[in-house]
Amino acid sequence: MFKILKYSFFDLVRSRWTYIYCAFYFLFTLSLLWLSNDLSKVTISLMNVILVLVPLIATMFGIMYYYNSREFTELLLAQPIKRTSIFIGQYFGVALSLSGSLLVGVGVPFLLYGIFGSGQIWNFLTLLMVGVFLSFIFSAIAFFIALKNENRIKGFGLGILVWLFLAVIYDGIFLLLLAVFSDYPIEGFAMGASMFNPIDLSRILILLKLDISALMGYTGAVFQKFLGTSMGMVASITILFAWVALPVWRIKRVALRKDF
Amino acid sequence: MKYLQNFSNLAYPLVRNNPLRSWPKTKNISSRNFFIVLIISFLGCSVFADTLEVCSSCEYTSVSEAIAKAKDGDEVLVKGGVYSEGNILVDKSILLKGIDDPILDGKDQSGLLTITANGVTIEGFVIQNVGTSYLKDRAGIKVDKAKNFIIRNNRLLNTFFGIYLANSSDGLVANNKLVGQAVEEMSSANAIHIWYCKRITVEDNLVRQHRDGIYLEFVDNSLIRRNTSEDNLRYGLHFMFSNNDNYFHNVFRRNGAGVAVMFSKKINMWNNVFEYNWGKASYGLLLKEIYDADIKNNAFRENTIGILVEGSTRINYLQNDFISNGWAIKISGGCLDNVISENNFLSNTFELSLKASVNNNTFDGNFWSDYNGYDLDRDGIGDVPYRPVKLFNYIVNQTPEAMVLLRSLFVDIINFSEKVSPVFTPENVIDNQPAMKQIDNTSESLSLKTH
Repeated sequence: MFKILKYSFFDLVRSRWTYIYCAFYFLFTLSLLWLSNDLSKVTISLMNVILVLVPLIATMFGIMYYYNSREFTELLLAQPIKRTSIFIGQYFGVALSLSGSLLVGVGVPFLLYGIFGSGQIWNFLTLLMVGVFLSFIFSAIAFFIALKNENRIKGFGLGILVWLFLAVIYDGIFLLLLAVFSDYPIEGFAMGASMFNPIDLSRILILLKLDISALMGYTGAVFQKFLGTSMGMVASITILFAWVALPVWRIKRVALRKDF
Repeated sequence: MKYLQNFSNLAYPLVRNNPLRSWPKTKNISSRNFFIVLIISFLGCSVFADTLEVCSSCEYTSVSEAIAKAKDGDEVLVKGGVYSEGNILVDKSILLKGIDDPILDGKDQSGLLTITANGVTIEGFVIQNVGTSYLKDRAGIKVDKAKNFIIRNNRLLNTFFGIYLANSSDGLVANNKLVGQAVEEMSSANAIHIWYCKRITVEDNLVRQHRDGIYLEFVDNSLIRRNTSEDNLRYGLHFMFSNNDNYFHNVFRRNGAGVAVMFSKKINMWNNVFEYNWGKASYGLLLKEIYDADIKNNAFRENTIGILVEGSTRINYLQNDFISNGWAIKISGGCLDNVISENNFLSNTFELSLKASVNNNTFDGNFWSDYNGYDLDRDGIGDVPYRPVKLFNYIVNQTPEAMVLLRSLFVDIINFSEKVSPVFTPENVIDNQPAMKQIDNTSESLSLKTH
């Protein structure tokens, strides 16, 4: 498995797209730091971009990589290698190279800026952690979709749909439910619902770190009381892990049964 | 050194020539002397001032003993040392002056100075450990039914009430430092508490860690300026039922809430800084049931709510800076004829929130950092009107829980679509002449200086 992981990883690290992806984050973070002296503002702007772009790029990249390396995969399948190690290795190669680009692209400008000297280090680390988790989650979902669908158009379409659902439609339905049931005590529901969407969960984790909780009034207090504690932090990281583990487990199952 | 002290008028505290001596010699009394004589005979208390010294090796070893021996117009000089005499009653018009920081210590048992005479000056003391009382209004310095008093250059540490003025007028409280140890509202009191007073000036004080920094109830024609009020549990400055007052050039920082102005009329609020009043129920400035106020050249920075307005009418908000607040201005119902103009709204999470269905307040001529219209005729005024109330803002007003969706992509999308074709946001909450460039308000330079 590690051999295949290593192979995919270095294959991708040499790829032009990884460089473009990394350079984009590098230039974007650098210009934000250049234009604004307020680190918490930079963190918020970066958060807006990371929460939208990381899932989208990870989904697209994952699907694209699977379809493009199909012939190589078929070659590997002819060798005496375990099926799971082929697909899981490839998946981790993609996820690692994506999160590597993110870490380098965002991390290096912050290091140059001197993040360790400021009090924003924890916010920054939360942001990076969330970005890495999102890369892993969405490339796993992408691999799963690609494995399930031979038809490339259908695969891409489904991938975009999943992204659209989690990034936009989910919040729309959520807001609608909040508005309809606003006469009832719905903080518990609000918290539960936002914990089951990795994008929402990531956003709230960062916003609570940035002390926006004061704006949220009572709901914010409920969130802060749960997510602000170490218990809540452990719970939310567990949920993020579950979001990685579930698609990976599905990839394994599908890969074992799939007829090539 | 003997001279006559005239206590009736602060503008002429010292009169060096002696009118009594000149009285029999000159038949023609000059008008000025006549005026002074008139005042003195009116008061009936003209005196030659003595100086009484208090220290461990002086003629007097206790402050209250010296005051008991003093006459109106005397000076009582208290030299360095600790004096624990319980409550000291100042019932004569004297100058009570501390030299080398004498300490009056209440040992958590009593208030310390109570002034009941007119024309008293207290300066240079360290007053400490008054102790909490749930039955009495204990204070470091209490002024009761007195006029023309001056309280300056004192330090009050761990007092319950710091300086308590009641039924008094024409006083000056200047350059004092009041540091409390308030932990909860129930068992703490206000640093400078003013009740039923007129024409009081409070300036250059530092108040910290009390319940309210400066509290005014039924106080008219008074001036609060250049004070710093910070880390208080409730309000930095609190007006109740007080009319015709001004507060200028103050800094309110990290209080439970910056300033509360309630049930008052004609208050001018100029050149103040409200900052870091951050928390679930915090705001920079609360206006509740007030009329005809003027809010000008202030800076509001990083408050949960910059200004919270309830039932206030005919208020002018001019040339203020709102920087990085949660809400810059939040207006609830019953607010009429407010003018919001020439302000800078810079990166606030929400710029304006309006609950009222009826609105005749105007919002013209402000600079909004979220504005992205154009200015073809280059007159500095944007050609497209700006709507400061966003759709998400409206939704949050209806369902506060929706705040969970702050900064999500979905919210950006619905805000954009609402901007293109407004359906839900109030029709008449609009800036018809948004400024293209940040307006040059003096408050910004002020706030940078005091930061």
